[in-house]
Amino acid sequence: MSHSTDVTPGHAPTARGYITGFVLALVLTLIPFGFVAFGSLSQGAALIVIAVTAVLQLGVHLRWFLHLDMSTEQRWNTISILFSLLIMVVMVGGTMWLFYSLYVRHMMVGH
Amino acid sequence: MSSNAHDLNSIRAAARADTEVNFGFWIYLMSDVIIFSMLFLVYVDLSQRYAGGPTAADVFELRGVFLETMALLLSSLTFGMAMVNLHQGQKERVVIWLGVTFVLGAFFLGHELSEFAHLIHEGASFTRSGFLSAFFGLVGTHGAHVFFGLVWIVVMVVQIKLRGLTPPVASRLARLSLFWHFLDLVWICVFSTVYLPGVLQGVAA
Repeated sequence: MSHSTDVTPGHAPTARGYITGFVLALVLTLIPFGFVAFGSLSQGAALIVIAVTAVLQLGVHLRWFLHLDMSTEQRWNTISILFSLLIMVVMVGGTMWLFYSLYVRHMMVGH
Repeated sequence: MSSNAHDLNSIRAAARADTEVNFGFWIYLMSDVIIFSMLFLVYVDLSQRYAGGPTAADVFELRGVFLETMALLLSSLTFGMAMVNLHQGQKERVVIWLGVTFVLGAFFLGHELSEFAHLIHEGASFTRSGFLSAFFGLVGTHGAHVFFGLVWIVVMVVQIKLRGLTPPVASRLARLSLFWHFLDLVWICVFSTVYLPGVLQGVAA
């Protein structure tokens, strides 16, 4: 297997970038753990905080640790993760729909 | 090993995300995303099916989960430092940061395995209820990934020691980097879907 050296070198990751991502991820971890540990919110509100901070932290990891963006180097990785999200929505959403429908029909037969 | 500009350029080119092998590995990770999404779905569906056995609030311990989370998050930073040094051709520093990452990953896995052993000892095994089957299935699959990540780190340290920072080694490190950060990404979903809502049930009850 030959490695040509005329390929453009990739964009070098920086310590500053990783530290930025780490600090943001740390804050977004401490917030939900703090609310659960000290129980200062209603259950519904705490679940919303957990969900929102989780989605934000996923974004932080994708941006600063996995370096996803629309640059030439990362474009196909980004497109393929978006496609995977589509597949995920179809499979998870479709299965939930199916389970829910089965559950409702089961209840109808039972009564 | 001397690192002149030519070496650095070939190392950086091999570590690019859009080389065929690195993109191919990314596609594998995307298939793992689908597998994990279905495991999460199974867990959410079964998370209240205790079959008269222990509930989520009974078996989850927030302090331990917090330590595991911190270890894995910190290991993402230390792996990042290994990649920064790879791009600068600093062989010894890459090995040191990989070593730190290994220790943090091993702490995470050791903690998880002792949690599993404790649960099984208490009679809260994966055969006890639908909830525990789904829990061990999901968290165990993630743990298995971490195990193979640790094996991979050892293999890469040996390769760096034997061959130095060659383009093939840099290319493999780029894939291990994707794998390791991906594991941390899945863990965010694990503590947000499994542990925090589980502990919350106990607080509300």
